[in-house]
Amino acid sequence: MSTPNETKPAGHDVGHDTHEDVSKHVKLYLTVGGTLLLCTGLTVALSFVNFNEWFGQGRNWNIIIAMILATFKAGLVAAIFMHLLHEKWTIYRFLLLTVFFVAGLFALSVLAFSDHIHQ
Amino acid sequence: MEIPYTITARPDTGLWNAKVGIWLFLASEVMLFGGLFSGYVFLRLGADSGYWPHGLLNVPVGTMNTAILISSSVTVVFAWAALKMRQFTRYRIYMALTIFCGILFLIVKLAYEWPQKFDHFGVYIKPSALEKYEPYLGNQHLAQEGLPPRYEISGHLHEEEKDSYRIAVDAVNADPDNRDNDRPHFWYRQPTEKIAIVDKEDVEHASMFVPRHSSYFAIYFTITGLHGLHVLAGVLVFIYYMLPVSTRLYRENPEHLANRVEVAGLFWHFVDLVWIFVFPIFYLL
Repeated sequence: MSTPNETKPAGHDVGHDTHEDVSKHVKLYLTVGGTLLLCTGLTVALSFVNFNEWFGQGRNWNIIIAMILATFKAGLVAAIFMHLLHEKWTIYRFLLLTVFFVAGLFALSVLAFSDHIHQ
Repeated sequence: MEIPYTITARPDTGLWNAKVGIWLFLASEVMLFGGLFSGYVFLRLGADSGYWPHGLLNVPVGTMNTAILISSSVTVVFAWAALKMRQFTRYRIYMALTIFCGILFLIVKLAYEWPQKFDHFGVYIKPSALEKYEPYLGNQHLAQEGLPPRYEISGHLHEEEKDSYRIAVDAVNADPDNRDNDRPHFWYRQPTEKIAIVDKEDVEHASMFVPRHSSYFAIYFTITGLHGLHVLAGVLVFIYYMLPVSTRLYRENPEHLANRVEVAGLFWHFVDLVWIFVFPIFYLL
């Protein structure tokens, strides 16, 4: 199988992202990848620290801290890798609905354990 | 039949069609995994104290797999960027790296992590017999420390006799009063040589570390299994993008191939995003 010519094939435009735009982004993608790896290491390291000894036993602080880090990482993937930072309104509309319904799903699980007599 | 709007934007949505399609699909995927994560919350909140296990999974291996998946997210976006810049050879290199990472992830998960669990055995002791097995459970020590009790003796099933199990117990059960065992460890520890004999009449529930072992493993295998299927699907699509049919598409219409790669990339990033939550909730918390 022959490899097609490296140069731009004739007859087609590069699209709305120009060559320069994309090459600028490459560095950003690498930075985001590095940040994600660092955050993974941080998540693992922090999970072995007993935060409840520091902040009190009222809540499971380790879960809260790990979820904040995971949400930050997921946000980076969505915003940069999935280009959600610069997307069309059509897609934001789909996602707003999805967020609403998925929040409802979680609310159902939490509501299942709510008890207005035994607080 | 010519498929419309593969590279040009449809006037009403402002997007090429596949982009709309993949985001609708991803929205349904969010609901699918959202339902399962919600199930996880339900099971965990409903678990009695001491019945939600901690530290059963291999953290270094899980961390490595997380790094593999994150790296593949970078390589797939590089593959797309290379196509946009019309660098076909670089595109193929990055795509091959992505496929390699995906396969490596699956091998680690299916050929190493899962079988290691299937080989592990645990018995939950009846509440009435807990005192008898105190040397393996250390519940007096845990009560003093204000920690949840232990109900399970786990390790390698050495031998199953008519009335009892002989178990080469895990480090936690071998030395249950040691404060070092109160919290999970980073490195995975193999079962010890110490043998515990557990009478079957004292056992509430015995099983290998398979889905029926506990709510924890049931939801663990469900979510990681479904996630693994997604990784497999992504790898198959990426392999298609390496076949001659995709090379031909590049020659005829490179932007069309770039958009296909972008759409599959969006799916792949979503699979990575799901794993970002799967890893801490099962391995670390």
